Amino acid sequence: MEALYAFCVGLLTACGIFLTLRGRTFPVVVGLTLLSYAVNLFLFASGRLTVSGAAVLGTSENYADPLPQALVLTAIVIGFAMTAFVVILAMRARGDLGNDHVDGKLPESTGGDRS
Amino acid sequence: MDHLLILPLILPLLGGLLMLLPPLTQSRVRQRNFALSLAAAGVLIAILLLVQSHSGQIIVYTLGNWAPPFGIVLVGDRLSTLMVLLTAVLAFCSLLYTFGPADEQGSFFQPLMQFQLLGINGAFLTGDIFNLFVFFEVLLIASYGLLMFGGGKQRTRAGLHYVILNLAGSAIFLFALGILYGTLGTLNIADMARQVQLVNETDLPLVKAGGLMLLIVFGLKAAILPLQFWLPAAYSAAAPPVAALFAIMTKVGVYAILRVFTVIFGDSAGDLSGLAGPWLWWLSLLTLMIGGLGTLAAKNMRRLVAHLIIISVGTLLAGLGLEREAATSAALYYLIHTTLVSAGLFLLADLIGRQRGKADDRLIAARPMHQGKWLGILFFIGALAVIGMPPLSGFVGKALLMKSALAVSEMQWLWPVLLISSLIALMALSRAGSNLFWNINGETPVATPVNPAQLTAVVLLLSTPLLMSLLGGPLTALTDATAQQLHDVPAQINGVLQTADPGGL
Repeated sequence: MEALYAFCVGLLTACGIFLTLRGRTFPVVVGLTLLSYAVNLFLFASGRLTVSGAAVLGTSENYADPLPQALVLTAIVIGFAMTAFVVILAMRARGDLGNDHVDGKLPESTGGDRS
Repeated sequence: MDHLLILPLILPLLGGLLMLLPPLTQSRVRQRNFALSLAAAGVLIAILLLVQSHSGQIIVYTLGNWAPPFGIVLVGDRLSTLMVLLTAVLAFCSLLYTFGPADEQGSFFQPLMQFQLLGINGAFLTGDIFNLFVFFEVLLIASYGLLMFGGGKQRTRAGLHYVILNLAGSAIFLFALGILYGTLGTLNIADMARQVQLVNETDLPLVKAGGLMLLIVFGLKAAILPLQFWLPAAYSAAAPPVAALFAIMTKVGVYAILRVFTVIFGDSAGDLSGLAGPWLWWLSLLTLMIGGLGTLAAKNMRRLVAHLIIISVGTLLAGLGLEREAATSAALYYLIHTTLVSAGLFLLADLIGRQRGKADDRLIAARPMHQGKWLGILFFIGALAVIGMPPLSGFVGKALLMKSALAVSEMQWLWPVLLISSLIALMALSRAGSNLFWNINGETPVATPVNPAQLTAVVLLLSTPLLMSLLGGPLTALTDATAQQLHDVPAQINGVLQTADPGGL
């Protein structure tokens, strides 16, 4: 389970980083979202993975660390708000600057496709 | 229990919310007055806190009354209360400047300012590293709104970069917290300082990675060399009172570096002590140089001041890179000075720009200013202070910093780089000043007198270098005591966790 979990987090992070480095705002926003998913999974795993463990003490023999779960909740809420903000901002930039490149202007040499 | 320590968080939170409700939300005048009275109350509270913590006692406020390693605490030691006071003074001056009026280009300026203050104060007062993250996000989301305030292409472009970079930064912050929680099993800063001494051999590289990832995040906030490219565009595009308040934002990063890498990865951390020192040292010297180049390339005064902020960050981090008490104390003195003076210069750039018509604050020939003489005197004081010429506080700060470099290997790098960057700042500011005030073409100026409230704000900020060198003795005593308390890690752990067994297990 650990290996699969680690592989998923790694894959999400790699995709997130790749997309964040793109030149247009939409892939960048998607990249940041993937990155925040990866972070949420990673934080969750920082309390070690436990199968069928309760987060409340005294309810079962086998319990999970409740703190990372609380941290993940906080991180999800914050990440959600930030994503909403960056989506609006990207749309505003598209309107204000006339294109969806992160620098506000299309690079001249590439013809715009690959960026 | 004494509830004073939570007031710097409660006041802006409730104040900001109240401003969104009917009696205040309809009138900008009422909002401004309310915000200014809140800021004045903030200054008073901060002074009370500083007096209380000055005795050396660490004020601990346990939220919900849960005991420290498990519950969340606010910690008011000398350093955090000093930073809160600095924020309060700066907030008072920037809010005074909005009486200009400077908050009418859009809505929600005043509530956003309050939420920004909530985030900044929270970041300074929290004793828990996850809450540091939360307060970073609070201050960031408020700053996104403030940066974009007034709209326009420049601000949108700068804002987009700023937001994307900071979102990536937040992701790295959370990765670092996950690693540190997974290895140390705690997120309370004092408890982490204790656990870091007990880390076993196999976890050591992980903790190191987590610590250095934190350095990346704080470096992004503080604008150290490879992570500083967003700053000039963002700061020079922001509305003037916002730019003035942003002068403390880079210092939040510096504060976080100081707190985390002195307390957690400090002298008592065994194998992990001095984790950030070498990185900070070399990067800060490079930051000083790139900041200097930036000031030479600046085409208008706002951008010039933004690059001066990068120089000041380099200077501060060189002090932290030395990792000793005297250097920390010098850096703290310089931090107070540079925050207030650069905020004053941002506001002054706006006053100057407004009197020069179309030329704004660009360094080109323009019509003469209506009140050129007085603005010129203010510019001169600000420039002297920033460059570090005697008798103003910039000189005292830089002299103290150079004095704290003891070994020859430190001197041979710090002294020339610091002095050359000061020389470059001198050249850039002389060029800017002679262009702004003496490069005159055209007819007699239109009478556009400076608003008295705005002038008061600028005079207040730019009188600090004078006051700081007059009161140099007491102030350095204060920063010495602060540095001493910060570097005394066992006492910190003991003070926050209130255990009989400080640090050593």
